[in-house]
Amino acid sequence: MKKSIPLFSLFLALAWVGFTFLPARNPGAFDLVGFGRLPVLADGRLKPMDTIARTALLMLQGRQDVVTETGRRLTPEEWLLDVYFRADQADRYRIFRIDNSEVLSLFGLDAGDSARQVRFSFAQLAAGVPELERQAELAGPVEAATRTAFQRGVVELSEHLEYYDRLKYTLQTPNQTDLLGDLGDPARLTADRAGFEAMEKFSPLRAIPPGAADNRLDGWQSAGHALLGILAKGGANPAVSRMAGLGRAWRDAQPDRFNLLVAADQAALAGQFPGAMRRCAFEAFFNEAEPFYTSLVLYVAAFLLAVISWLKWPAELGRAAFRLMALAFLVATGGIVARMWLEGRPPVTNLYSSALFIGWGAVALCLILERINRNGVACSAGAMIGFATLIIAHHLSLSGDTLEMMRAVLDSNFWLSTHVVTVTTGYASTFLAGFLAIIYILRGVLTRTLDKATADSLARMVYGIVCFATLFSLVGTVLGGIWADQSWGRFWGWDPKENGALLIVLWNAVILHCRWGGLVKQRGLMGLAVGGNVVTAWSWFGTNMLGIGLHSYGFTNAAFQGLVTFVVVQLAIIGLAAIPRNKWRSAAVRQTG
Amino acid sequence: MSVAPLRFFASLRLTVVLLVLSIALIFGATLDQVHLGVWGVQEKYFRSFFIFGRIPGTEFFFPVFPGGYLLGGALIANLLAAHFTRFRLSWKKSGIWLTHLGLILLLIGVGLSGLLQEDNQMRIDVGQTRRYSESFRETELAVIDTTAPDYNQVVSIPAAALTDGANFQHPLLPFIVKAVAYYPNATLRMRSQLTNPPPSVATAGEGTDIVATPIPVTANPDESNWPTGFVELVGPDGSLGTFIISTMLQQPEAFSYQGRSWRLALRAKRDYLPFAITLQKFTHEIYPGTDIPRDFASTIRLRSDDGRDDREIRIFMNNPLRYAGRAFYQAGFANNDHTTVLQVVRNPSWRIPYLSCGLIVLGLLVQFGIHLFAFFRRRLGGVPAPAPATS
Repeated sequence: MKKSIPLFSLFLALAWVGFTFLPARNPGAFDLVGFGRLPVLADGRLKPMDTIARTALLMLQGRQDVVTETGRRLTPEEWLLDVYFRADQADRYRIFRIDNSEVLSLFGLDAGDSARQVRFSFAQLAAGVPELERQAELAGPVEAATRTAFQRGVVELSEHLEYYDRLKYTLQTPNQTDLLGDLGDPARLTADRAGFEAMEKFSPLRAIPPGAADNRLDGWQSAGHALLGILAKGGANPAVSRMAGLGRAWRDAQPDRFNLLVAADQAALAGQFPGAMRRCAFEAFFNEAEPFYTSLVLYVAAFLLAVISWLKWPAELGRAAFRLMALAFLVATGGIVARMWLEGRPPVTNLYSSALFIGWGAVALCLILERINRNGVACSAGAMIGFATLIIAHHLSLSGDTLEMMRAVLDSNFWLSTHVVTVTTGYASTFLAGFLAIIYILRGVLTRTLDKATADSLARMVYGIVCFATLFSLVGTVLGGIWADQSWGRFWGWDPKENGALLIVLWNAVILHCRWGGLVKQRGLMGLAVGGNVVTAWSWFGTNMLGIGLHSYGFTNAAFQGLVTFVVVQLAIIGLAAIPRNKWRSAAVRQTG
Repeated sequence: MSVAPLRFFASLRLTVVLLVLSIALIFGATLDQVHLGVWGVQEKYFRSFFIFGRIPGTEFFFPVFPGGYLLGGALIANLLAAHFTRFRLSWKKSGIWLTHLGLILLLIGVGLSGLLQEDNQMRIDVGQTRRYSESFRETELAVIDTTAPDYNQVVSIPAAALTDGANFQHPLLPFIVKAVAYYPNATLRMRSQLTNPPPSVATAGEGTDIVATPIPVTANPDESNWPTGFVELVGPDGSLGTFIISTMLQQPEAFSYQGRSWRLALRAKRDYLPFAITLQKFTHEIYPGTDIPRDFASTIRLRSDDGRDDREIRIFMNNPLRYAGRAFYQAGFANNDHTTVLQVVRNPSWRIPYLSCGLIVLGLLVQFGIHLFAFFRRRLGGVPAPAPATS
C-alpha cells in the first residue's frame, strides 16, 4: 500500500484536473453557456458576457455564486440575464458584501441579524442610498490613503451600487417591459427616447456590434446609442432586435426562442469578428475551468504530503508531493499561457499577473531543487509560495477584470517581456530563498528533524538561490533603468518602485558579501535570507501603498494589513534564528550552525 | 599609505556596512518622498554628503546620516582598495572583476548624471515653432530689449543668484539690476481686494497694485511653485524704480528708458536650441469605449540653423528623438490635445550606465556560470560538495 501512494495520489489528482477541464454544461434548457460566450466591448477589449458576470460578482461580493431567496444557486450567466432583463428580480439577490458594521448601520441593518449575513440585496439597501451617497460625497475629497475604514467602506459600496445600477441599463432600462414590442411600433419607440438616452449614458458596456461590413473595435456601440440611431434614422438593427428578443425569451421563460437567438448572434459575429469569438469562447471556458484554483488546492496537498514526509515514509510521500507539485505547476503554467494568449502580452502586465508569475517562477526553481536534493524541503517551500501567491492573486482579482489594457507608457511588449519578467523572477527567487530559510529555522529551532545532511543541503540551496536572485534582480533593475532612459529620459529617477528593486539587489549583495567574508554561517545566512522576504514584500506591495511615483498602479487597502502581518511574522522568525544555537532542538545546527 | 588603513578600506566588513547604510538611506528616502517629492528627496538624500537634522527649537543643523555622495564615494574607495589588496587577477575571479568595474562605472555614471543632467520641457501648440526648451524647476530673470522690430536682445540672470542686495551689471544693460527680495514661492493678490494691505515694495509698474506674500515651497507634484521677487533698476542718473517680477504674471513689466523699450520677466530658465521644432500634428489614441490612453505621438518638423537638417520626425511613447546632445520624449499633452509637452533631457553621460550595466551583467553571468559549472561537475563526478568558497 505504501508503495502505491505516489501513483495513487497522482492518479486521483489527474482525474480531478481532467474533470475541471470538462466543457461547461447548461443546468437547464436555456443555452446559458452559449450566452456566456457572446462578446461585449468593455474596458477597451471584447470580452465574453461570462467574464462580465464573474468579475462583477467578484467585485461586488467576493465570490461568483449567487443564491436566491429560495436557496437556488444561480450561474453567473443567469444572474447577469436577470440584471439585464428582470431587474426587479435581480434587485432581491444578496450580492452586496458589507463588512463594516458602521456602514451597515447607515441602512438600519445589523450584521447580527443572522449568522451569515454579510451580503445584502439592492432592495434591502435602496432606502439608505441617499444617506450613503451623502457620506460618500463627504469621504470623496479625503485622500484615499488617509480614509478611515468607514470612509473606505462607504466609497467602495457606493461605487459598487453605482456599477450594478449601470449594468441594469445595458440592454434595456429597468422599467421597460417589452423592448421587442416597442421596436415594432414607432410611436412606442419614440416614447422611450428618455430611456434610451439613459441607457447610452449609464451602461458600462458596448454590447451592440457594428454593421456587418465593419469590423473595427471602435464600431461597437452601447444598446442605448444604437436605439437612438434607430430613432433618428429609422430602419432596424438586427443585433438590437436579437438582444431585445433574448430579453423577452428570458422573461417569458422560452428556452427554444432564447437558444435560437443566441445561436443567431454567434453566427452573425463569427464571420465579422472570428478572432474575438474564438478568444471569448476560450475565455469563458478558462473562467469555468479555474486553473489557478485547481493548482492552489494541489499546492496545499503537495505541501501537506511534503511536511508529513519528514516524519514518515520520506521516499513515498516525498515523491507523491513532488508529483502533485509538478501537476499544480503544469496547471498554473496552462493558466498563465492562456492569459498570455488572450491578452497577446508577456506574462506579467499588472500586480495580479505578477503574483501568478512569482509563484510560478518560485515553483519552477523548487522543482529543479527537489530533483537535485530529494528531501521534500524544496517541495514544501515551493508549495507554500505557490499557495500564498495564488491567495494574493485571488484577493487582487476582487477589484475588477485582471486582463487589463496597458497604459501608453507600459505598452511595450519588448520591455514587458525583458525588464518585467526578469525583475519578477528576481522577486520570486528572493522569496524562495527566504522560504527555504524559514523551513531551516522552524525545523531547526522547534523540531529534531533537521539533520546535518538536510541542513547542509538547505544551506547550499539558499546560497545558490541568493546568487540566482542577485543576478536576476540586478539584471531586471538595470533593464528597468534602460527602459526608463528610453521612455522618460532618465536612467534612474529614485522612484519608489525603482528604489524597491534596488533594495532587493543590495540586500542580496549584503547576504553574499556576509557569506564570503565569513561574517555569517548557516544560521546567519538563514536569518538574512528571511530578511529578503521583508525587503521583497516591501518592493512588491509597500511601494504601491505610498501612492506616489510613476509605478503606483496597484494601491490596495486590505493589502496593507496583510503586509504588516507578513513583516511582523518574518521578523519573529528572524528572532527565532537569533536564538543561540545550543538552544535549538536539532542537534545538527548545535554543532555546525 | 600605511597598511592598516588600507586594510580597513579593503575589508568586506566595510562593504557590508556601507551596503546596509545604503539600504537604510534608500528606504528612508522612499518614505520621505511623500513629504519632499522626488526632487526634494534627491537633493537631500542622494546629491549630498550628509543628511542634516535640526535640533528641535533651534536653527542648529548637524549631520545625522551619510548622504549619497559619501556612501557612493566610500563604496568606490572600498572596491578599489579591495582590488589593490585582496584580489589577484585570475580567471576564477574574472567575473567579480568585471562586476566590480561595472559597479564603479555605474556609481560614477549616476554621480555624473546628478551633476550634469538638465531636464527641460517644451510645450508646442499645433502649427507653432519653438527654438528653446524651458527648465522644470529653475527660473531666470530675463531683461529684454524689445526696441528692434525683428529681434529681441535678452540678458538673463539665474533666479538662484537673486539674493537680497545682489547687484548685476552687464555691457548690454544701461542700468544696474539690484535684487530687493526673492521668494521661491508666493501668492499674489490685488491690493484693492485687501482690507489692510502692507506698504508696497514696488515703486513702479504694475507691482504697486499687487501684494506678494511668501509661502512655503510645495513638493506636491500636483501643485506649482510661483517664484516672485522685486528688483530695483538703477541708472547713472538715479533709480528707475522697484519692479515686481513673478512667474505668475502673464504680462511681464514693460517700460522705456533712454529711448529704448524694455521688459522684465521672471520665467522658466531657457535653453536655446541650434534648431527649430514645429509641431505638425499631435495624436492621442485611447482604447475604444474607455479613457485609458493607448498612445501619444507628436509629428514634428526639425530644421537646423545650419540648414543641414530639415525633416519630419514622429516622437511617441518609448520612442524618443535623440538630436544634438539632447533627447526629446513624449511626456504629455494639454489644451484638449492641441498642445504637446516634450521632455528634453541633456545628459552628456547618458551612455555610461549602458556600458556599466553591460559589464555587471557579463561579470555576474561569468561568475555564477563558473560556480554552476563547478557544481555540476562535482555532482556528475560524485565528489561531495565542499562548503561555499570564501573569497
